[in-house]
Amino acid sequence: MKRRALALLFAGLLGAGAAHAAQADHVRANHAWIRLLPGALPASGYVELANDGDQPARLTGAASTDYASTMLHRSAMHDGMSEMAMADHLDIPAHGRAALAPGGYHLMLERAARTLKPGDTVPVTLRFADGSTLAVGFQVRPANAD
Amino acid sequence: MKLPRLAPFALLLAAALLLAGCQRDTAVPWQLTSIRGHMPDLSFRLVDDSGKTVTAADYRGKVLLLYFGYTHCPDVCPLTLAHLHAVLQKLGKPADDVRILFVSVDPARDTPAVLHDYVRAFDPRAVGLTGSPRDIEALVKRYRASFTREPAKGDSGYEVSHSSAIYVFDRAGHARLLATPPDSQAQIGHDLGLLIAQKDAP
Repeated sequence: MKRRALALLFAGLLGAGAAHAAQADHVRANHAWIRLLPGALPASGYVELANDGDQPARLTGAASTDYASTMLHRSAMHDGMSEMAMADHLDIPAHGRAALAPGGYHLMLERAARTLKPGDTVPVTLRFADGSTLAVGFQVRPANAD
Repeated sequence: MKLPRLAPFALLLAAALLLAGCQRDTAVPWQLTSIRGHMPDLSFRLVDDSGKTVTAADYRGKVLLLYFGYTHCPDVCPLTLAHLHAVLQKLGKPADDVRILFVSVDPARDTPAVLHDYVRAFDPRAVGLTGSPRDIEALVKRYRASFTREPAKGDSGYEVSHSSAIYVFDRAGHARLLATPPDSQAQIGHDLGLLIAQKDAP
């Protein structure tokens, strides 16, 4: 009897775990790309994120083995001025979408660890608020990609 | 009750008509904002991306797109330059008469060599301009633009905010049009095409 109760309890925990699966499990990434700039200049990374889950997901950061520094940034317009600032997070609503796109949220990638060229794929790990991660390949595109 | 409510609209209409009356460009269906007569002719003394001292006179005969930015700007500046590249590509051969003047508001980091590689990555018709902080500030002020520099938390040391507008000059160096971020590539292309076609600038 005792063993059976434990088994039931274990099954219950598994079920609970599935119901509250990690945020990254519900997020799909599309059209991930990096605008490559010449020399040692910082590059920018963009990606479309879709959340299939019943709970919102919160992107809090990213990392890449190809760049020493990867930060979530946001460009904004204020009184005709373009400004760029660090961003804490980007929320992806339940059953909704959010995007890192030119002129808005983006990844700022600094100090490349290797020489990159258009056509390369840069591995990026997106980090969510609950600690879960999503591995995404970012396609390297030229500076003037439209 | 109805009249006072309409009054603001009547005022707006009157103001719009007044503005239209001041416009000398009403015959041309510009899609961008006409600044003809409202901004001074192009004038500067800066250093181009080959290290040569240049003035506005060196670009007479070309239709010019003036934009203030800096190379450690990975998002908005490349977006603007990529858009302008796409516009020029679409215009085809006539766009050879256009130059994009990318003026750095970050001369400490933007040497002619850094600027050269940066602008060439976008378009062969783009020219990078830098110079002394004083000369750059003079040009920025001439067009009522501005920029600020603030310390950043990241590796880049500091962040720069800058005016996002693109100033368009005709072949004679007269300020003609202002493009701002909501303006589409099609609108910029439309007006550039008209301006290029004006061979003998008035």
